[in-house]
Amino acid sequence: MELDPAPSATWLAHAREGRLAYQVAPDGTAVFRPRVGAGAWAISTGRGRVHATCTVRPRDGEPYDVSLVDLDEGFRMMSRVVGVAPEAVRIGARVQVEWEGDVPVFRPVADGDDPAGAS
Amino acid sequence: MSLRAQVAIAGAALSDMGAVPEGTTPAGLAAQAARRALGQCGLGVQDVDGLFAASTQLPWASVTLAEELGIRPRVSDSTQVGGSSPIAHLNHARALIAAGQIEVALIAYGSTQRLVGRAAASVQEVDPYEAPYRPPLPIAAYALAASRHMHEYGTTPEQLAAVAVSARAWARAWEGTPAAWSTTPLEIADVLAAPRVCDPLGVRDCCLVTDGGGAIVVVARERARELLGPAVPEVLVLGIGEALSHRHVSSMPSLTTTAAVESGARAYAEAGLTAADVQVAQLYDAFTITPIVFLEDLGFCPKGEGGPFVASGAIAPGGALPVNTTGGGLSFQHPGMNGLPLLVEGVRQVREVGRDVSLVHGNGGAWSSQCTVLLGSGATA
Repeated sequence: MELDPAPSATWLAHAREGRLAYQVAPDGTAVFRPRVGAGAWAISTGRGRVHATCTVRPRDGEPYDVSLVDLDEGFRMMSRVVGVAPEAVRIGARVQVEWEGDVPVFRPVADGDDPAGAS
Repeated sequence: MSLRAQVAIAGAALSDMGAVPEGTTPAGLAAQAARRALGQCGLGVQDVDGLFAASTQLPWASVTLAEELGIRPRVSDSTQVGGSSPIAHLNHARALIAAGQIEVALIAYGSTQRLVGRAAASVQEVDPYEAPYRPPLPIAAYALAASRHMHEYGTTPEQLAAVAVSARAWARAWEGTPAAWSTTPLEIADVLAAPRVCDPLGVRDCCLVTDGGGAIVVVARERARELLGPAVPEVLVLGIGEALSHRHVSSMPSLTTTAAVESGARAYAEAGLTAADVQVAQLYDAFTITPIVFLEDLGFCPKGEGGPFVASGAIAPGGALPVNTTGGGLSFQHPGMNGLPLLVEGVRQVREVGRDVSLVHGNGGAWSSQCTVLLGSGATA
């Protein structure tokens, strides 16, 4: 009997190839985190906006960003915004995915540089 | 079948609080509180036939506690929904009492998180979609929501600080017990100047890390009358609502509106009451942002106006709506999951302070689980 792959394994296989995968429910709703039976897989453009942000200040170590990013396809994920100081990350900022190995992070881009021109 | 006013809380007590002696166990603190609560209504541990407990330190909480107490309950429930657990337990317990399955429910909690350290006391599940970004949980979930609330509604650090200042004022004013952990004066400027932990939250925006626990005894209303006699004011359960919306903050449907909207609506509907009827509220305050959001979601002010509401002094001593009247998790005690200490105070407000309608709201996880209970005096039956 063939077993279904775990959603996390499918997601990670895409991530290792630099593809930000998500699922699409039968009603067209984008789904993230990956879930069993949630829908068909699709690949995001990797463009989105910062929805919420915080700056973590460890007792021993440099401050770093933790943000939630809304992707243009309509799903939200946790990530880190890179390329700017953590305190400089702004809600609403336009961002583009880039990869640190198989971990997706996001870099701010100017709204005018956005090739999709999406809001 | 309506369960409104069918059950009563016959006993409610805290365990020792603060920093407990070496060797103290979570189940031991729960048992200590349990014996105190049972003693208030003339019962002993052998009278308990329904046992309810949850703890991040005890995966088998009700089983471990049964052993500690030396009892063999016919029903037990270790439902773990974080800081809202004891209100969920209360909801389950009253249904079992009404159905005749149990007669005496004990809901108890204990934590030694200060003694053993937070890392050992509250092990976080590793989530593959969040862990790579190293969010310090739970605070990151609350800082992210605070950032969004500030963005959408203009909520300010000063308004967040007002929650901590109000809590400290209650801790200083409270005469119920000398157990408040933080009683030095606290001003807005002190909160703003405190070291940042996870912007926009600083250390004074965060709850305390203490040991402690509590217990309540739940029985049918008539049984409570028999046990306590006519001289002791009744504490009736008028309505309860439970609601779940997500587990991880990255899957939270809205960062500024929680499932407390649903839990509150369910509790109010059952009780036949509205926010305007509530005379005192205990609102889970793990961080300063949480009571602000719950004031909105439970109908005490419009969405987005929680910041100005708390900054007006409305929730502080002398304000229109007393909130967290012990000093709450921010200044009284916060033993890991703070639901039971909030419930004990909600009961005290009816039984000893003489309030007719007392609301207690518990929050669990990353705004994940929301449970609301409305407690009432005999006059509300």
